[in-house]
Amino acid sequence: MNKPLEASATQLIENYVAAQENKQLLRFITCGSVDDGKSTLIGRLLYDSKLIFEDQLASLESDSKRFGTVGEDIDLALLVDGLEAEREQGITIDVAYRFFASDKRRFIVADTPGHEQYTRNMATGASTADLAVLLVDARKGILTQTRRHAFIASLLGVRHLVLALNKFDLVDYDRKIFEEIKQEFAALAASHDFESAQVVPVSARFGDNVTQRSNNMDWYDGPTLLQHLETVEIKLSDESHENFRFPVQWVNRPDLDFRGFSGTVSGGRIAPGDEIVVAKSGQTSRVKRLTTMDGDLVEASKGDAITIVLEDEIDISRGDLLASVKSRPEVSDQLAAHLIWMSETPLYAGRTYLLKCGTQTVSATVTEIKHRVDVNSAQHLAGKSVGLNEIAFCNLSLSQEIAFDPYEVNRHTGSFILIDRLSNATVAAGLVWFGLRRANNIHRQQLTVSKQERASQKGQKPCVLWFTGLSGSGKSTIANALDKELLRLGAHATLLDGDNLRHGLNKDLGFNEADRIENIRRVGELSKLMVDTGLITLVSFISPFASERKLARERVEEGEFIEIYVNTSLDICAKRDPKGLYAKAKAGEIENFTGISSPYEVPETPELTLDTEQQSIEENVAQIIAYLREHQFIW
Amino acid sequence: MGIAQSSHLKHLESESIHIIREVVAEFSNPVMLYSIGKDSAVMLHLALKAFAPSKLPFPVLHVDTTWKFKEMIAFRDYMAKKHNLDLIVHTNQEGKAQNINPFEHGSSTYTHVMKTEALKQALDLGGYDAAFGGARRDEEKSRAKERVFSFRTKTHGWDPKNQRPELWQLYNARVAPGESIRAFPLSNWTELDIWQYILAEKIEVPSLYLAQRRKVVERSGTLLMVDDNRLPLLPGEVPQEKMVRFRTLGCYPLTGAVESSATTLEEVVGEMLVARSSERQGRLIDHDSAASMEKKKREGYF
Ligand SMILES: Nc1nc2c(ncn2[C@@H]2O[C@H](COP(=O)(O)OP(=O)(O)OP(=O)(O)O)[C@@H](O)[C@H]2O)c(=O)[nH]1
Ligand SMILES: [Mg+2]
Repeated sequence: MNKPLEASATQLIENYVAAQENKQLLRFITCGSVDDGKSTLIGRLLYDSKLIFEDQLASLESDSKRFGTVGEDIDLALLVDGLEAEREQGITIDVAYRFFASDKRRFIVADTPGHEQYTRNMATGASTADLAVLLVDARKGILTQTRRHAFIASLLGVRHLVLALNKFDLVDYDRKIFEEIKQEFAALAASHDFESAQVVPVSARFGDNVTQRSNNMDWYDGPTLLQHLETVEIKLSDESHENFRFPVQWVNRPDLDFRGFSGTVSGGRIAPGDEIVVAKSGQTSRVKRLTTMDGDLVEASKGDAITIVLEDEIDISRGDLLASVKSRPEVSDQLAAHLIWMSETPLYAGRTYLLKCGTQTVSATVTEIKHRVDVNSAQHLAGKSVGLNEIAFCNLSLSQEIAFDPYEVNRHTGSFILIDRLSNATVAAGLVWFGLRRANNIHRQQLTVSKQERASQKGQKPCVLWFTGLSGSGKSTIANALDKELLRLGAHATLLDGDNLRHGLNKDLGFNEADRIENIRRVGELSKLMVDTGLITLVSFISPFASERKLARERVEEGEFIEIYVNTSLDICAKRDPKGLYAKAKAGEIENFTGISSPYEVPETPELTLDTEQQSIEENVAQIIAYLREHQFIW
Repeated sequence: MGIAQSSHLKHLESESIHIIREVVAEFSNPVMLYSIGKDSAVMLHLALKAFAPSKLPFPVLHVDTTWKFKEMIAFRDYMAKKHNLDLIVHTNQEGKAQNINPFEHGSSTYTHVMKTEALKQALDLGGYDAAFGGARRDEEKSRAKERVFSFRTKTHGWDPKNQRPELWQLYNARVAPGESIRAFPLSNWTELDIWQYILAEKIEVPSLYLAQRRKVVERSGTLLMVDDNRLPLLPGEVPQEKMVRFRTLGCYPLTGAVESSATTLEEVVGEMLVARSSERQGRLIDHDSAASMEKKKREGYF
């Protein structure tokens, strides 16, 4: 009894699968300035494609009554604006991903926010898109935010652009407006590297030219938006010409008999017998097997998650990039890259972040901001800092070499993110332009006398004693007293005072944020040289920011940096005011004065904390000496 | 039986495996939430694939509210044995002692205590820094907004307005001690993809998904199964036998059945292909308040 039914169900599914199989996938985003109708347009596409189920329609109707921005009508934007804050404010905050299909193609669409504050979420959507639908309100024309989105889309490698000229119902479906904005758009599109650029006049709200041809615009004879999305020719990257790339994610080693490297092919194809190279080490081997739970593969290509077994036992771990021998990726510890800055805290040259590229994570310092980009004109702007949502071209110096390709060649091996080491926030998206050869040309000079030899001659272990605390907290006084005591004990020490350095080494630097970072970088480097010389190096430096103290800490080896927090309350410091600075700062005469008009971040885990309010200078010094003895810096 | 794996499914499979491996490589103590339903079944299958021939490198966690369908529990134990899983079952003992149940306390309090709180307890207890969940973006509007690596504070809260940008396939896996992420390997799957994959890969699922004659009562338009005698019958309610199946599995008093004659998975998918109502309708918790899923997620619910 059941048999015929089952057969027909199977038939139904097979037909469905077969029909889907022939549909090409197009990933696109909607973008453009705030309120131009992006979410409404997606809602319209879903609605017209009959993808909204009955119960969803019912809740859309009740939502529209509560939050709707269009009076009695249903507000299609509410189909995608799913967060409470979005519905209350009537704007999109974060990307929504929706899946739908027409008779010809399957679509993954990301509805991105137009609000400038959320540009990073637009970039998130654009990073994986093939096409961008750029919306423009016909009444307003092309705005700065429209240009910014076009720029970001182009930068991220989106090759197809559609201008959906929206809200035509509000301009009486006027052809003149279409022609005008079309001209302006042509110039915009031409300034970027798009393969196709189409303009479609629509009304997202009423559905004109979205999936159905409009009766109100018979002067328009181009395709509807959906027709264009269904037919625009998307070149799939030709895998046979692409170079094999495979970032190792995880080493699969269940027992001594099996050692496989798991990961996702991020370029080209691979088969057993192919020769591969480990990019960084240069070691080569051949592919023995491509294994899966369901048996071995004869071949794998871009996008496949596989496990590779090699002929030879060579040293490979997470972070290694396997590549075809004939066309190797670049390997360098210096990069030039575009950064899309995504943090409220601006970027300054000298800051250090974690850089994640594929499966490699290293520490990276932005050594130079070459220029910022004006999103309106694509012109280069000078600048010492990069603010939220700005785009800059920078040089980066990495703690270790990484393997990569230029972003243009491979989106996967040419992209990276920067992560703030303290907040763990993703602060930038990076696109590698090229590797800098500098690292290859300036080889480190191997020193003949080692740090250990210098130190043992002096009978001590070198270190940095980094005194941090408010102005007037007693850093210099204690450091000087300690210096004297160390001399008496026969130890070899030196004292670097922040204020004094400003008169010499750092006298070219001011007090803005970029200069302060450079200041601390130099002091860090200098103390490293002192440590290399075998000295116990005392540094007295307000150093109010945790990230900057971390920067200094990372210049020297682990265990060599002793952070000493001179803990004196702001009240007491201001009362002591040995240099009369607090009085001036309070009177507004000094800008960026720590504790008054600029924050001091108290160290979370200093090696030592000194109490200057209850204890004498002698007691403070004794505390430090005891620490140095206990940890065998002196004996 | 010729339902082959399409290139579309292969792509989804690879993407999910990539995500699962990335979590294992980057976190020190991951766990997989296993809720016994079809999404969990697919997620578990993908995880087994991701690490073969190695054993699953993390435990699976089931939060047992004590109100699951009996068959679900049996199926869970069967799967654990079959795949040699390191299965952890957690129940909020305080809630159990107070006999918190969906009838007297309302579905919202009940869900909060027996699901959200229980989940947070279990995660704290294990000290997990990453937890896999089987949620999909097509399920619900706030899910469509969620990242693949979804950051959670020390108290398991989600801040939808301040999510980490997630570009390309680069996932930021950095968390401070006590913080964690929820990882969603099935983010880009649709309900139909899940079923097609189950067919193509012959993945086992509880037979509650297939139509059978079951004892049900109709209550405010929803068919509830009388899974045991704890279901209090309202005046006038008489359990009836009906051919029903479930589109989603959860706690039996909160999960509505649909009338159906689909007794094989193929027929279920066949019915889906002509379906006109979305999946979460059968799950009562979403109807409690507008944007209820987002609120629950901000409080730590999956
Ligand atoms: N008259 C008219 N109104 C429209 C049209 N398209 C959108 N709107 C209205 O414009 C307003 C903003 O629409 P949204 O879709 O939310 O705009 P958005 O671009 O998604 O906004 P953000 O995501 O916040 O940048 C809503 O009130 C819409 O109803 C249109 O074609 N005609
Ligand atoms: Mg929007």
